Amino acid sequence: MTPSSKQPYRAKSHGALNHARTVRFTFDGKPYEGLEGDTLASALLANGVHLMGRSFKYHRPRGVMSAGVEEPSALIGISRDKSNSGARVQPNVRASVQEIYDGMNAVSQNRFPSLNFDLGAVNSLLAPFFAAGFYYKTFMWPRKAWDKVYEPFIRRAAGLGESPTETDPDRYANRFEHCDVLIIGGGAAGLMAAKTAAAKKQRIILCDENPSLGGWLLADSDVTIDGKSGTQWVKDTVAELQANENVRLLTRTTGFGYFQQNMVGLVERVTDHLAQPDMDLPRERMWQVRADKVVIAQGAIERHLVFADNDRPGIVLAGAAQKWLNQFGVTVGNNVGVFTACDTAYAAAFDLYEAGTHIAVIVDQRATVDQALLEQANELGIRVMPNAGVVGVTGKLRINGIKVKTASGSEETIEVDALITSAGWTPSLHLYSQSRGKPIWDEASQRFLPGQSPQACVSIGACNGTNDLATTFAEAAKATGGRAPKLEIENDVSLAGGTIGMASESAETGKAFVDFQNDVTAKDIKLAVREGMHSIEHVKRYTTNGMATDQGKLSNMHGLSIAAKMLDKPVPEVGLTTFRAPYTPTTFGSFVAHARGTLFDPSRKTPIHEWAQENGAEFEPVSLWQRAWYFPRPGEDMHEAVDRECRTVRTSAGVFDASTLGKIEVVGPDAAAFMNIMYTNGWDKLKPGRAKYGIMCREDGFIYDDGVVGKLSDTRFHVTTTTGGAPRVLNHMEDYLQTEFPDMQVWLTSTTEQWATIAVQGPKAREIIQPLVTGADISAEKFPHMSVVECQVCGVPARLFRISFTGELGFEINVPADYGRAVWEAIWERAEPAGACAYGTETMHVLRAEKGYIIVGQDTDGTVTPHDAGLSWAVAKSKPDFVGKRGLQRPDLTASGRRQLVGLKTSDPKKVVQEGAQIVADPEQAIPMKMIGFVTSSYWSGTLERSIAMAVLEDGFARMGETLYIPMEDEVIEVEVEGTVFYDPSGEKING
Amino acid sequence: MLLIHCPYCKDDRPELEFSNAGEAHIVRPTNMSDISDTEFEAMFFMRDNPKGIALERWRHAHGCGRFFNVARNTVSDKFLKVYKAGEPRPSDAEIEELLK
Repeated sequence: MTPSSKQPYRAKSHGALNHARTVRFTFDGKPYEGLEGDTLASALLANGVHLMGRSFKYHRPRGVMSAGVEEPSALIGISRDKSNSGARVQPNVRASVQEIYDGMNAVSQNRFPSLNFDLGAVNSLLAPFFAAGFYYKTFMWPRKAWDKVYEPFIRRAAGLGESPTETDPDRYANRFEHCDVLIIGGGAAGLMAAKTAAAKKQRIILCDENPSLGGWLLADSDVTIDGKSGTQWVKDTVAELQANENVRLLTRTTGFGYFQQNMVGLVERVTDHLAQPDMDLPRERMWQVRADKVVIAQGAIERHLVFADNDRPGIVLAGAAQKWLNQFGVTVGNNVGVFTACDTAYAAAFDLYEAGTHIAVIVDQRATVDQALLEQANELGIRVMPNAGVVGVTGKLRINGIKVKTASGSEETIEVDALITSAGWTPSLHLYSQSRGKPIWDEASQRFLPGQSPQACVSIGACNGTNDLATTFAEAAKATGGRAPKLEIENDVSLAGGTIGMASESAETGKAFVDFQNDVTAKDIKLAVREGMHSIEHVKRYTTNGMATDQGKLSNMHGLSIAAKMLDKPVPEVGLTTFRAPYTPTTFGSFVAHARGTLFDPSRKTPIHEWAQENGAEFEPVSLWQRAWYFPRPGEDMHEAVDRECRTVRTSAGVFDASTLGKIEVVGPDAAAFMNIMYTNGWDKLKPGRAKYGIMCREDGFIYDDGVVGKLSDTRFHVTTTTGGAPRVLNHMEDYLQTEFPDMQVWLTSTTEQWATIAVQGPKAREIIQPLVTGADISAEKFPHMSVVECQVCGVPARLFRISFTGELGFEINVPADYGRAVWEAIWERAEPAGACAYGTETMHVLRAEKGYIIVGQDTDGTVTPHDAGLSWAVAKSKPDFVGKRGLQRPDLTASGRRQLVGLKTSDPKKVVQEGAQIVADPEQAIPMKMIGFVTSSYWSGTLERSIAMAVLEDGFARMGETLYIPMEDEVIEVEVEGTVFYDPSGEKING
Repeated sequence: MLLIHCPYCKDDRPELEFSNAGEAHIVRPTNMSDISDTEFEAMFFMRDNPKGIALERWRHAHGCGRFFNVARNTVSDKFLKVYKAGEPRPSDAEIEELLK
């Protein structure tokens, strides 16, 4: 090897990267150089840096373990902001995945003040407190310490990186896609499946989480396929697929979740690897793919070996070392030891040897090792120790030696600067399991394998437990309906073999890590079992094994095996925890995509919205609607504006945008019969041209909605609903019409947005609108309260109601929505000189409360019947049936003691009680007091110059004149019970 | 996200277009006003909530607006049969068959 001064561990003879294309980046502020195509891990390793992080609980120094998404230890914070504003800081990025780019700014996590010297490492001394279940044991007593000591401590210690507090400035996109075959994984298996499917002209999506397709073939320098190298075969196959218009290849794209009916979520990382991303590109793109068939070719993940201090920097997986060498041209050390339980690590060792690295020793856990491997090692002069184990290491921030123990019991320390290990390969069952397939235990190979998925998917290659390339190719071709290809494959290394659980028994002396990310040791798992956790689900939660962001990709099988051995049970009886989406951590941004800010929810606006905006209205959201709340004049606060608006309506007039009211057109020969079923009132006797206040109940007798209904003809009703209730009322009506009364000749149409509704209320209302109305006589005699007429307003076809939600003389003008603003302005032109005002929903609320008009959902809560609300007059007695009639007869609904709607006046007229406040009969009684009702509406009434309130109260109708009490935190408010109509009880004004 | 077949639109549409409307085949008595409290309780409050095949109503709310019935396996969340409102409840034998 010819070490370059800047990247001393770069092997010029190896790897696919271009040595002329250097990239500069910083790690913890220190500048480094890497090559284009490097991951952060490979670039740091090229510079001889193994130490990349500190562990979660014990703050142990940690290096990078793996070269893939399974990485548990090397979690880094990446700052993508040039300005260092912090908004683009992403914590917990795996160094083994993140590609470097010019100017990248990476920082290590979970250390203070620095990686080399970390004060938090004192936690290692407190290790006895952090053993399995420590959350449950340590923080129990004393109770008082919980709030002030334990919880803050846990919160500070919890989590690894820190997420930014700023709003995410990046854009995220999402797409829906359909295809015949979705192939997840672009290694040998995935590529062959795609090749076969493409030949059948199927529409294919193939995704792979890596920047380039090829999977393990890119890391294997020996294998040949029909005489070609693996990388050449990949290159040719990808070129062939790229040329096919039916194939979509997605790289840097993770299949993270397998949902119902073959919907798979993919997340594509579009710009995270770029130094200067095109501003038009989204950072990530979420694909929701619905596939006829899903081919899972996820591959396998290499396990680490469990022995004392197996987490020290310098210890890496053998497969990772091989990948770094053959793909990136990086060696993990100059004098490398090998500790293995399977054959693949030999290939890694031989490759490293060839690149000039000294192989100090191969320690093999197995008693018998393949003769050919032994011979090859012998030829290269590499010492092999079969039937031996590494039982410890020396060196803290970087290993400098390994302690090897042979079967005979002799121990020896061998100097190394890195150790590559392999316990064998775990088939990735994540997506198969997410498809609700059950993993099946294979006793012979000591691993879980996929069985039959309930969904249309098939697992192929290493994730199916297939150990060799020829069988993988055959499976892949078969999966997409083809025949096994006839290919000459040479120098393929089998993935078979390996071990799970403790690698060497004397490991009790040091910390033998099972789960690196959550700092779970073999001892913790044993302790959990001893303390009674006998199912893996319990062991997992007690120890937190496999519960970190890597979801135990390395640790699950080891943890399971250790627990099974302790329990002396077969592995499948101890169980395997369920795999859940996402396969790897997925940003919230990619799920949210465009649905944020103003695009989070649709916002509904009336045709008069802009006029209100131009005239200074404040708005409030009511369901999805934005409604004008009040119209403050310069210098007015809300209270003053509402006071003025109320007074103006009562003395002159007010104009109100009521367009948001739900409107349903009920039409047909059976319209009246249908209305008789849906509403508590009777509709037969109502004459065309008249309107009525209707109450809708559910079958149980409780108020569901209300509104004024105009009868336009015997076969046509103009029904209004509450603003928020329109969709559910229509749904409720449709339900009865379609499923209970399908023979009725009735048609229902939502017309909420077809009509703009302008309410003109007040003594001058008629005077204001009269000249604008043609085709109808709206005089008091001809057009009394509760009338409706079809006419023209400003020459526009209109439905004009004489109704009032204020208690004043009032009209509601419905015109086609497109004319809404023009008609409003025409009315306003007459209203303003007459001394009228525009008013908003707050004034509307006060005015209606002064008259005791209820708001469904405010004065009722789903347990209030029409009788409770004092609306018995609106419930027909002679009708044979309506929805709620039977429910209202239920014993509980007719019993005494029901809460009934009443009015309340405070003894101190200036005191406005709080809505929701509880009412008691005796404020001196002991706590908990008996609460006999609560306030539903409460306002300051400028007109009455006092506060008014409505409440539901036990036996309220019988309590008129009683004095009751509302205990608040700092006072007790005295109230008197009375009727709900505070203003103009005789109704003189409304009929004027 | 489920794909649900609307028997009126005769098409598989995304779950977002539909709303669940509770258990199917609960008939509102024609003599509603005369039923006993026990009958009311059974009709209005009591639901089966089975593990296995649930017969339930769905509405293609953001589509044709029609209510229809489905047989859904609550274990696998698979829609095994979709049929129009008013069509008869599948027989026990048919439900057995669907569960296979």
